[in-house]
Amino acid sequence: MRNAVRRVLQFFRREKMIHSLFLINCSGDIFLEKHWKSVVSQSVCDYFFEAQEKAADVENVPPVISTPHHYLISIYRDKLFFVSVIQTEVPPLFVIEFLHRVADTFQDYFGECSEAAIKDNVVIVYELLEEMLDNGFPLATESNILKELIKPPTILRSVVNSITGSSNVGDTLPTGQLSNIPWRRAGVKYTNNEAYFDVVEEIDAIIDKSGSTVFAEIQGVIDACIKLSGMPDLSLSFMNPRLLDDVSFHPCIRFKRWESERVLSFIPPDGNFRLISYRVSSQNLVAIPVYVKHSISFKENSSCGRFDITIGPKQNMGKTIEGITVTVHMPKVVLNMNLTPTQGSYTFDPVTKVLTWDVGKITPQKLPSLKGLVNLQSGAPKPEENPSLNIQFKIQQLAISGLKVNRLDMYGEKYKPFKGVKYVTKAGKFQVRT
Amino acid sequence: MSSNSFSYNEQSGGGEATELGQEATSTISPSGAFGLFSSDLKKNEDLKQMLESNKDSAKLDAMKRIVGMIAKGKNASELFPAVVKNVASKNIEIKKLVYVYLVRYAEEQQDLALLSISTFQRALKDPNQLIRASALRVLSSIRVPIIVPIMMLAIKEASADLSPYVRKNAAHAIQKLYSLDPEQKEMLIEVIEKLLKDKSTLVAGSVVMAFEEVCPDRIDLIHKNYRKLCNLLVDVEEWGQVVIIHMLTRYARTQFVSPWKEGDELEDNEKNFYESDDDQKEKTDKRKKPYTMDPDHRLLIRNTKPLLQSRNAAVVMAVAQLYWHISPKSEAGIISKSLVRLLRSNREVQYIVLQNIATMSIQRKGMFEPYLKSFYVRSTDPTMIKTLKLEILTNLANEANISTLLREFQTYVKSQDKQFAAATIQTIGRCATNILEVTDTCLNGLVCLLSNRDETVVAESVVVIKKLLQMQPAQHGEIIKHMAKLLDSITVPVARASILWLIGENCERVPKIAPDVLRKMAKSFTSEDDLVKLQILNLGAKLYLTNSKQTKLLTQYILNLGKYDQNYDIRDRTRFIRQLIVPNEKSGALSKYAKKIFLAQKPAPLLESPFKDRDHFQLGTLSHTLNIKATGYLELSNWPEVAPDPSVRNVEVIELAKEWTPAGKAKQENSAKKFYSESEEEEDSSDSSSDSESESGSEIGEQGESGEEGDSNEDSSEDPSSEEDSESGRESGLENKRTAKRNSKAKGKSDSEDGEKENEKSKTSDSSNDESSSIEDSSSDSESESESESESESRRVTKEKEKKTKQDRTPLTKDVSLLDLDDFNPVSTPVALPTPAVSPSLMADLEGLNLSTSSSVISVSTPAFVPTKTHVLLHRMSGKGLAAHYFFPRQPCIFGEKMVSIQITLNNTTDRKIENIHIGEKKLPIGMTMHVFNPIDSLEPEGSITVSMGIDFCDSTQTASFQLCTKDDCFSVNIQPPVGELLLPVAMSEKDFKKEQGMLTGMNETSAAIIAAPQNFTPSVIFQKVVNVANVGAVPSGQDNIHRFAAKTVHSGSLMLVTVELKEGCTAQLIINTEKTVIGSVLLRELKPVLSQG
Repeated sequence: MRNAVRRVLQFFRREKMIHSLFLINCSGDIFLEKHWKSVVSQSVCDYFFEAQEKAADVENVPPVISTPHHYLISIYRDKLFFVSVIQTEVPPLFVIEFLHRVADTFQDYFGECSEAAIKDNVVIVYELLEEMLDNGFPLATESNILKELIKPPTILRSVVNSITGSSNVGDTLPTGQLSNIPWRRAGVKYTNNEAYFDVVEEIDAIIDKSGSTVFAEIQGVIDACIKLSGMPDLSLSFMNPRLLDDVSFHPCIRFKRWESERVLSFIPPDGNFRLISYRVSSQNLVAIPVYVKHSISFKENSSCGRFDITIGPKQNMGKTIEGITVTVHMPKVVLNMNLTPTQGSYTFDPVTKVLTWDVGKITPQKLPSLKGLVNLQSGAPKPEENPSLNIQFKIQQLAISGLKVNRLDMYGEKYKPFKGVKYVTKAGKFQVRT
Repeated sequence: MSSNSFSYNEQSGGGEATELGQEATSTISPSGAFGLFSSDLKKNEDLKQMLESNKDSAKLDAMKRIVGMIAKGKNASELFPAVVKNVASKNIEIKKLVYVYLVRYAEEQQDLALLSISTFQRALKDPNQLIRASALRVLSSIRVPIIVPIMMLAIKEASADLSPYVRKNAAHAIQKLYSLDPEQKEMLIEVIEKLLKDKSTLVAGSVVMAFEEVCPDRIDLIHKNYRKLCNLLVDVEEWGQVVIIHMLTRYARTQFVSPWKEGDELEDNEKNFYESDDDQKEKTDKRKKPYTMDPDHRLLIRNTKPLLQSRNAAVVMAVAQLYWHISPKSEAGIISKSLVRLLRSNREVQYIVLQNIATMSIQRKGMFEPYLKSFYVRSTDPTMIKTLKLEILTNLANEANISTLLREFQTYVKSQDKQFAAATIQTIGRCATNILEVTDTCLNGLVCLLSNRDETVVAESVVVIKKLLQMQPAQHGEIIKHMAKLLDSITVPVARASILWLIGENCERVPKIAPDVLRKMAKSFTSEDDLVKLQILNLGAKLYLTNSKQTKLLTQYILNLGKYDQNYDIRDRTRFIRQLIVPNEKSGALSKYAKKIFLAQKPAPLLESPFKDRDHFQLGTLSHTLNIKATGYLELSNWPEVAPDPSVRNVEVIELAKEWTPAGKAKQENSAKKFYSESEEEEDSSDSSSDSESESGSEIGEQGESGEEGDSNEDSSEDPSSEEDSESGRESGLENKRTAKRNSKAKGKSDSEDGEKENEKSKTSDSSNDESSSIEDSSSDSESESESESESESRRVTKEKEKKTKQDRTPLTKDVSLLDLDDFNPVSTPVALPTPAVSPSLMADLEGLNLSTSSSVISVSTPAFVPTKTHVLLHRMSGKGLAAHYFFPRQPCIFGEKMVSIQITLNNTTDRKIENIHIGEKKLPIGMTMHVFNPIDSLEPEGSITVSMGIDFCDSTQTASFQLCTKDDCFSVNIQPPVGELLLPVAMSEKDFKKEQGMLTGMNETSAAIIAAPQNFTPSVIFQKVVNVANVGAVPSGQDNIHRFAAKTVHSGSLMLVTVELKEGCTAQLIINTEKTVIGSVLLRELKPVLSQG
C-alpha cells in the first residue's frame, strides 16, 4: 500500500506553493506579474476574468477558483486584485494571509496600495516580492526586516539617489533575521524615546427596527508606535484584563506570561505595529452610544416616498460623539432624493443608489436630522424592505468596554521613555435595520 | 514557453499598450526579429550600452528599466549577455537586480547562464552568512539542468553550514532542485533527514516544507524529530508553523490510536459503572482507563494550543483543523472562539473560515452554538459570505434557538439581495425539516411568503413548501387546507399553480376540499394565467381518476374550456388528458394505467446541506474549499486500529536513563524495549561514561557540533537559541547555558541517569502546560505512564545537565525565550545578592538581551528531576465534586523570590459548572505568605484547570492552611511541603562545594550511616533517589565514591550541601551541611530510609 502511494507520488511533480502573482486593476488590466518559478502565461487570468464577470460585483468574486491546470487564489484590496497561481494543494488561508501581507507591505512602503504607487515603484515592488517569497514559500515578511533590506522610498532619498547614484537597497545586511528576535532590528537609536499605545475599540452591532439590539460586540485592537532605543523589554498591564475575552497576539508577546499573569510582556518591533487584537465577551452588555429614529416609507402606487432620520446620543459616557456618517444603500427603484439636513451635508449617487450623510458632531441640544422626499421609478413595485442604515462615529478618549491600561514598565534599558495611551471608540459594522 | 508567449501575445494586443505587444513579439523569435520592430531593438541597444558603461548609475538605470519590463511581462531575454556580465558587480543593488533577471531568464539562455555560475560558487564560500545564503538562493533558482550536480553539492555543503540561516536556504533549495530534477530524490532525502535533525527554529519550517514536497510519505523520517518539532513549534515563524502543523496532523493520524470512540462510550454508560465500583483514585483518572492517550499525542495537542492566539489566520486555521482531526472530541471546543474571531477579518479569510465552520457545524452543533449571533448577516456582507453564514445558522438551528433564528430569517427574506432572500427561504425549509416542532410555523411562514411580490421569493417558497409536504405525507391535511384557502387571495401565478399541484397530488387526503377548489377554478379558468390553467387541468385529471363521481362533470367542463384555449400548450394538454383518462373505444392500453401515471409516488427532494460530505477532506485545505481533490492533496489516513510502536519516536541513548527505572509498569508496556534497555543497562551501570558517550552517538556528536559552532561563529546571538531549541525545546526553554567545551565525560554517566520528565500532569490537564515546562514533568517512578516519553526526556535532561554542571567554568550566555515564560529559572541569580527589582523571569530575559555574563560561583540551575507525584489537596468526595491536586513543579516562583511554586490542578467531576473558584480565608503560621491564584470564573463539567500559586514557607515544614472556595462552598485544605521542596538546586563546582562545606562544619553538619545492598549504591541509583526526595542539583565529582549535591533554601537562600560517601562493603555515609540545621536534619531523616531501601 505504501509502495503504491510512493509510486504515485513519484509520478507527479509537486510544485511549490505560490507559483506566480498577477496584479490586476479594476478595468481588468494585468499591470504586474511576478513568477517564482517557470513563467505561467497571463492567459491563466482569463479564468479569473470569467469568474469576475459571473459575480455580481467585485466583492463576490470567489477567492478560490479552480482551473484545469492551476488554482487561482485571489484577494481584493484597495481596488486591486492580487491573483496568485497555485499548482498544488495548499491551505488557502496561507496564501490569502500572505497576499494581504504583501498588500500591507506595499501600503507601508508607499503610503498607499494603488496601481499608480506600484507602477511608480516597480523596482522596489520587485525587490520586495523577491525577498518575501523564495520558491513560493514566505521568507521575510516582517516589516522591520524588509525595511532593513530594502529602504522605503522617500522624496528626499529619490533626489539624493538620482544625484549620487546610490540606491535604496540597504548596504548593511540585516541581522534581525538571524537573531531570536526576528521582528526587531538591532542598533535602534532615538534621541526622544517614546512609546505610544492606541486602544481602538469598534462596536459591531445590529440594531433592529424597534431600536433594540439584536447583536453587539466590541472588537478592539491596541496599536503601538514604539520608538525606543536599544532592546527594551516592555510589560503592559491592564486594570481589568479579564475583560479581554479572546486575544490574538503579535508574535513578540510572551504567551505564557499572559496566561499566568495577564500581563503583556514583549520586546517590541521598532515603529508601528499591532500589538494585540481582542474581543470583549458579548456577555457584558455593550453600550450603544447612539440611537436613530427613522421613518422611511414608500407609498403604494405612487412614485414618491418619505425619508426621515434623526440621530441622538445614548450611553455616550458624557463624551462627544463625532465624525458621524450615515450610509444607506437605497433600493434600486429609487431615482433621486430631495432631502434637507439640519446639519452636515448629504450626497446621493443615483448610479450606485448610495446615500451618504456626513453629519459631524452631535450636539444634544439640537439633534441632527435628515428629511425629505424620495423619487421612485414610476410603475415599479414599491420596495418591500426599507434599507438599513450603516452608521460611523467616533468617540475620543473612551474605550467603550471600560478597558484601562494600568501601567507600562520598561526593563533592559536605562533611559526613561515618554509613554502615552490614547483611547478611541468607533463604530465598526454598525447597522440599523429599518 | 513558446505557447505561453503566444497566448500572452494574443491577449496583450488588446489589454496593454501596443508598445508592450510589440516588444513581446520582437523577442519571441529572437533569431529573426521582424524589421518592423527595429525601434524596439534600438531601445534595447540603448539598454545594452548603458549596461556596458562604466558608471554604476547608468547600469542601475538600465537594470531598473529591465526589471520594469519583466514586471509588465515583456520579454527582455535578448539582453541576457549584457546583463549577465554584471553578475559580479560590486554594487549591491545592481547585483540584486541582475539576480532577479537571471532567475527569470536563465532557463531560456542556459549556455550563457553558465557564465554566472562561478560567481555564485565563489560566493558560497564567503565568510558572510547572508552572502552565502543569497548565493545559494539564486544558484538554486537558476533552472538549468546542467548545474544539477553543482546545486546538489552546494546544498549538501550548505546543509552543514554553521549558520542556521544558510541551512534554512538549503532547505528551500532542496525543493527547487527536486522540481528541476526528481532523479535526485534519494540524495535529497538524505539532506532532508539531516536537516530535520536541526534544532534551529529558523530551519524547522523550511525543512518540513521540503519534506512535504519531496517525500511526504517518508513518515519514518519524522519519528525521531517528532517531539522536537512539537516543542519548537511556538517559536517557528508563522508560515513554518502552518506547514508543520499540517504535517503533524497527518503524522498523528498514522501513529496514534483514535481518541474518539472511548470518549463517547464514557459519556453514556461507562461513567456510571465507574462511579459505583471503582475506588476514588480511579475515578479522578477515569479517562485513562478505557483509553490512554499516547503522551506524544498529548504533547502535540498541548503545544499547538497557544497558537490559536496567533495573529495569522492561517496558523489559527491550521491549529483548528489539527484539533478537529486529532484531539479528543471534548477538547475540540476551544477552537471555536478563535475561529469566530477570524470572522472580523477581510472577506477572503471570512470565506474560507466560514466554509470550514460550516463543515464542522454539521457534525458538532454544540461547538458554535454559543456564537450563533456572530453569524448573523449584515446587509453589507457580500452575497457569498451571506449564504455561508446562512448555511451555518441552519446547521446550528435547534429547538431552543429556532424562534430567534426564524425572527432573524424574516429580516433576511425581505432583503434587497434576492438571491440571498431565496437562499433564506431554502434555509427555512431545511430548518422546518430538521426541527419538527417548528415545521408548522415554518410552513405557515412560507405560505405567507407566497404572497410576496418578488417572483424569486415566491418560486422559492413554493418549491420549499412542495418539498416539505412531500417529505411528510401524513401531516398534509391541515396545511393543504390552509393553502387552499389562500388560493382566494394569492395572485402570483407561480404560487397558484403550485398550490393547485399540491392539492392535486394530495387530493385523496383532502377529499372534501379538492373538488371544491376545482369548482372555483373552473369558474375562473378563462381568466387564469397559462401556468395556472395547466395545473387546473392536472388537478381535474387527478380528481377524475380518484373521485369521478363528484368531479366528472367539472372535469369535462374544464377539458372543454381547455380545448378551445388560445394557448396551444393548453390545447395539447387538454387533448392528451382527455384521451388518457376518459374511457372510450379509441383509448388504448394506456388509459388503464392512467391512475398510475398521474398519481405515481414522486420522490421527495432532499434538503441537505451542501457541506454535508465535505468533511472527508481535511479541513483548511484547498481541496476542502473547492470540494474536489486538488492536485497533491494527501488523504488524511484513518486512525490505525493499533498504534504503531511508539518507541520509534524515542531518540537513542535513552536506554541509559532506563536502568534505574524502578517500576515495572513502563517496561511491561513494551517488552521488546525492555529487553533492549536491560541489556544496555547492565553494560552501562557496570561500565563508565565512555559507554554512554558512544551510545549517544550521533545525537551528542551533533550537539557538540552546534555548541562549538556557536563559539566559532560570528553570530553568537543565534546559536544559543538553536542550541536551546535542540535541548529542551521551546517549552523547556529555560536557562540555556552555553558551554565552550563539554567536559569530562565522567559526569555524563551519573547525569544520564538522572530524572526524566514529561507529564503525567499534562495528561490530566492540558492547561497545565502553561507554567509547567516539559522539563518538570514525568518521572520514571511508578507513576510514569509512558516510558517512551520519559526516556527521551531524560535524555534531554542528561544533556542539559551536562552543560549545567560545567557552567561554572565558563561565562554564561543566557538566552531569551520570548514567547513563553518558562524561563522562570533565573539563570544565574547569585545566591547572596539582594533581590532584584524585576521578576526572576524578566531578569533572565534582560540578562539575555544584554548578553551579559555572570561570574557568580553559585547559581540556581534547573531542577535535575521533577517528580510527578501529586498530592491530594481536596478530595472529590469532600469537595462536593471539586477535586484538587497539587504538585511541586520545582520552578522558581514567579510571584516572589522566596516562594515555593505550587501547581494546583482543579477538576470538576460534577455534571454542572462550578463557579467562582477562589481562595478564601488563609490560616498561615507567622511569617508565612501566600500568593493566591486568580479566581476562576467557572469550570465546566469534566473540565480541569491548572493554576499556579506561590507559598513562602519560611524554610519550615509547617502546614499552610487555607480555604478553597467555590460560589457556594468553602473547603478547608492544607499544604505541608516535603522538606525537599523547600530547596532550589544550585550548580557549583567541586572546588566551591568543598570550600563551602569547609565553612559549614560543626553545628552545621549532620550525618548518618547507611547500610544497603551494593546495587543501591550505583551512582545512578543514588542520584535518582536523592533528586526524587529533594530538589537538589548534582555537583560534578572527581571521585567515584563520593556524590555531592547542592541546593539553597528558597526563603533564606542558605546553602544545603548533601554528600553521599560510599564506604567499604555495604555502608555509606550521608552528610548534610547547612546553616539551617533544622531543615538539614529533617532532610537527613528523609533521605536516610530512602537510600537504605532496596
